[in-house]
Amino acid sequence: MIEEKFDAIVVGAGASGNACAYTMAKLGLKVLQLERGEYPGSKNVQGAILYADALEKIIPDFRDDAPLERHVIEQRMWTMTDTSHVGMHYRSDDFNEERPNRYTIVRAQFDKWFSRKVRDAGVTLLCETTVTELIRDGQGKVIGVRTDRADGVVFANVVVLAEGVNGLVGQRAGLRPVVTPESVALAVKEMHFLPREVIDERFNLRGNEGVVIEAMGTITNGMTGTAFLYTNGESISVGIGCIVSDFEGTGQTPYGLLEAFKNHPSIKPLLAGSECKEYAAHLIPEGGYKTIPQLYGDGWLVVGDAGQFVNAVHREGSNLAMTTGRIAGETIAWLKTRRDPATAANLAEYQRRLEASFVMKDMKKYRNIPDFLHKRAEQVFGLYPRLIAQAAHTWFRVDGKDKRSKEAEIFASFRKGRSLFGLVGDAFKLARAWR
Amino acid sequence: MSGAMNTGSAAPKVEEKLFQNRYLVDAGRPHIKLNPGQEPSAALRSLVTTCPAGCYSTNDKGQVEIVTDGCMECGTCRVVTAKTGEIDWQYPRGGYGVLYKFG
Repeated sequence: MIEEKFDAIVVGAGASGNACAYTMAKLGLKVLQLERGEYPGSKNVQGAILYADALEKIIPDFRDDAPLERHVIEQRMWTMTDTSHVGMHYRSDDFNEERPNRYTIVRAQFDKWFSRKVRDAGVTLLCETTVTELIRDGQGKVIGVRTDRADGVVFANVVVLAEGVNGLVGQRAGLRPVVTPESVALAVKEMHFLPREVIDERFNLRGNEGVVIEAMGTITNGMTGTAFLYTNGESISVGIGCIVSDFEGTGQTPYGLLEAFKNHPSIKPLLAGSECKEYAAHLIPEGGYKTIPQLYGDGWLVVGDAGQFVNAVHREGSNLAMTTGRIAGETIAWLKTRRDPATAANLAEYQRRLEASFVMKDMKKYRNIPDFLHKRAEQVFGLYPRLIAQAAHTWFRVDGKDKRSKEAEIFASFRKGRSLFGLVGDAFKLARAWR
Repeated sequence: MSGAMNTGSAAPKVEEKLFQNRYLVDAGRPHIKLNPGQEPSAALRSLVTTCPAGCYSTNDKGQVEIVTDGCMECGTCRVVTAKTGEIDWQYPRGGYGVLYKFG
């Protein structure tokens, strides 16, 4: 399809693929990027929060023209029961800084902007092109890809797999295992439109200030999962996700969970009168460090969600995608300047650079958290939210009962719910998993 | 159907949600196929409720069927049945399938 040989082919035009392609083109490499969607972003789904630091390291002046919705000045963390939420809110005027740290974005629009930058940097982008398989030489080294276009074979020194969590190419080539139902979450989300002034008033915002809510509790009906609500300029993103294996046998539907969340008394007023314009679904890799596959080999690298780079505790993913993409791009460019071939031994430099960055440090830090949460889903997402809400309810209700009796009642409810041994055990195991 | 949000319904209709989405359907070339014949596994049957687009249903004979038109290409069914081999999952041809306006 294209006669010339490229320095690199990037499979996918999401956060990691764009970061990688852009970085390589800026460092003078000849790059081909392949995207199966009609336009970059047409297959991509995210909450979405953009972490400025990761993008700044790629496009320092991105704020000049990127389609940013609102900068986040308030984070709400909620544990919810069927009728209540207990919240920890952090709101600060200090987040109204010249170069804000976090923004809400709309992925399809953001990805179009990012892709424009990638093409301006000199990358050749082909959309509506699905990569069907890798091409290898006699020694097994990856030397190119086959696509679903006529004569759709194209060659390069290295292939970067930025194909996302559901990436078929690398999985079918045996470069990494098929993700398991225990290690991915299925998330569904809707885009609800409201006039800007209504959102400002409802969330107490001025200008481009934004609020994000992360929620957990009985809203997932005993399954391991979380829900979210983010304010965009003239819309609200609302969604919920649970580990895929948790759905099996429960008869629960993802859209049923989403409807219930939207109708929760703490959420419903925030969405009142809105118009829903899109319903989306996507998998999120949640297995953490222990599920990170082999990241490089002869002629190939893997970046972003395809490499399971999501920090479930901090709800970070797109920044890890951009950072792994950037570091992969820098590594490939560095090898080229040294005239080193893209062998597994040389591409191991990518892994070394990741280990030295926050990416692997964070992934490693929380390596035991996914197991901890999944094994105690009933307690973490059901019992504790109920106990905490009950305690708050008892504490704040003025009913003629003396305070010492109220305290005793609260302690008794915790011990009845989980036994002293269970409580201490959970706290100890959480502390150990957190270290 | 992009009407006001549906409040208080006990059994949400996924069809109404999907109606808001844009698709370019590759008519006559479904990208997901079931391998018929054997008794459906528990994993395959679970997709009747787990599939976020409600693509799966059970017919009178207890067999699982699929209509891929509303598929959002999340890959859940591929992951769930990876061990049973009951599903052949390909990406739609380039350009076809779901087209997110917002994502």
